[in-house]
Amino acid sequence: MLRLEKLTKTYRTGDRALKEIDLEVGKGQVLALIGPSGAGKSTLIRCVNRLVQPTSGAVWLEDTDLTRLGSGALRRARREMGMIFQEYALVERLTVMENVLSGRLGYVGFWRSFLRWYPQSDIDAAFRLLDRVGLLHMADKRADELSGGQRQRVGICRALIQDPKLLLVDEPTASLDPKTSRQIMRLITELCRERRLAAIINIHDVALAQMFVPRVVGLRFGEIVYDGLPTGLTPGKLTDIYGEEDWEATIQKVEDEDVEEVEAAE
Amino acid sequence: MSHRELEDMLGKGWRKPPFVSNPKLRWSLILGFFAYLVAAFMTIEVDWGRVYVGLDRGWAFILAFTSPDFTSRASDIWDGLLESIVMTVAASVVGILISIPIGLGAARNIAPLPIYLICRGIVAISRALQEIIVAILLVAIFGFGPLAGFLTLSFATIGFLSKLLAEDIEAMDKVQAEAIKASGARWLQWINYGVQPQVMPRLVGLSMYRIDINFRESAILGLVGAGGIGATLNTAFDRYEYDTAAAILILIIGIVMSLEYLSGIIRAKVQ
Repeated sequence: MLRLEKLTKTYRTGDRALKEIDLEVGKGQVLALIGPSGAGKSTLIRCVNRLVQPTSGAVWLEDTDLTRLGSGALRRARREMGMIFQEYALVERLTVMENVLSGRLGYVGFWRSFLRWYPQSDIDAAFRLLDRVGLLHMADKRADELSGGQRQRVGICRALIQDPKLLLVDEPTASLDPKTSRQIMRLITELCRERRLAAIINIHDVALAQMFVPRVVGLRFGEIVYDGLPTGLTPGKLTDIYGEEDWEATIQKVEDEDVEEVEAAE
Repeated sequence: MSHRELEDMLGKGWRKPPFVSNPKLRWSLILGFFAYLVAAFMTIEVDWGRVYVGLDRGWAFILAFTSPDFTSRASDIWDGLLESIVMTVAASVVGILISIPIGLGAARNIAPLPIYLICRGIVAISRALQEIIVAILLVAIFGFGPLAGFLTLSFATIGFLSKLLAEDIEAMDKVQAEAIKASGARWLQWINYGVQPQVMPRLVGLSMYRIDINFRESAILGLVGAGGIGATLNTAFDRYEYDTAAAILILIIGIVMSLEYLSGIIRAKVQ
């Protein structure tokens, strides 16, 4: 469904953030992108919806090459891709409801959005999503009154109300505590399953990725150095991705946590 | 010095490195500044005899504040005040409305380079020309009266507000705006959802401040014939009617203070 072909990004400073990346994501497939800071994870997902302009290569979303679209067509293509951000990126002075409805901006005209006069179907969809993430009672609060976990859930609603085919998720848990992080990851993966959404999730917490995501891609210096099951991430593979370090503890921890998860579920 | 051993550094004491690292340059800059300051003060000539004579006149002016005369020129004061208020409100509204698009254009992070340069050019011209100079020019074109004042204040508002608005837009949180862009929003929707909420409190605060400035300026513009309360004030000074002048100044102070109070309330509301 999404196919990157020789995707390359060279920043003006000469940094080669991505080097001829080839990657294919199937319909409904959730993929975690791991790698050290500066490996190009953020650049990769931003090149997909062209918040960052790729230098060369192609990004195929179904039958369209996103890298070749003009501004109008790009705008329409962006509606198909929901994005969830690291620091939530809610517009802080807007209400929760306005933030969620802003996901519909690609579908409504300027005056409707300016007057906050959205079609009833959009409003209902926003209420349903807020209810799904347990924030219906917060609809008229201003976004900056919410806690981190609540903000990220609003961010998820904003991405989903676009009715996208693909979710681009940039470090969704980076500023959250461990428990909230798991809740958010669980929510994202559950929603992807419910709606058969494909997703690319940038995440630097390896254990968290292994816990929730069926496919892991490791990025280092702008190149893919691992692509496979989370269980295949041996200490050797992690060294390939992150460099030399004692990885036994990380892997051990995951297994312990899995046991906890099962116990908790029972 | 490239490789510093801990042993060499322990017990050495520590000072913040000075801003200018070359000590010769640093001290010559400091001494040069003070030398210039002393020289500059020595060029100011004070005619103490003239000051002594003037003290009386100054004192009379200050004494007038104890008995301000609101009544004998009441209708002149009222007309002037009304004209000033009309001028201020009209110029502020027009100025603010024009400033917003120019401010958007003058923000480098949202405007393409040609538009940026044009808008920065407009801002630079407006800021380079002092109000009084603009007023003199416009009085020459449009004749005496509040029309010249209104145009002057509108013009000055554009330079002030566009520049500060543009700077606030340039300092906004990029990611919030990016998130709106990622949803497929049109440019205007992007401005309305991603940019406007971030800069609105500052825009409202600055607009209130500019209304305040415009009112004070309207009192000055009268001196060059651009209408408003300034014209009345000027006449009062010319006739040595310090008590009427005092009354006018008290009114101006009162209005400016109440505007200040009002802007405080409004700014707290929009935060």
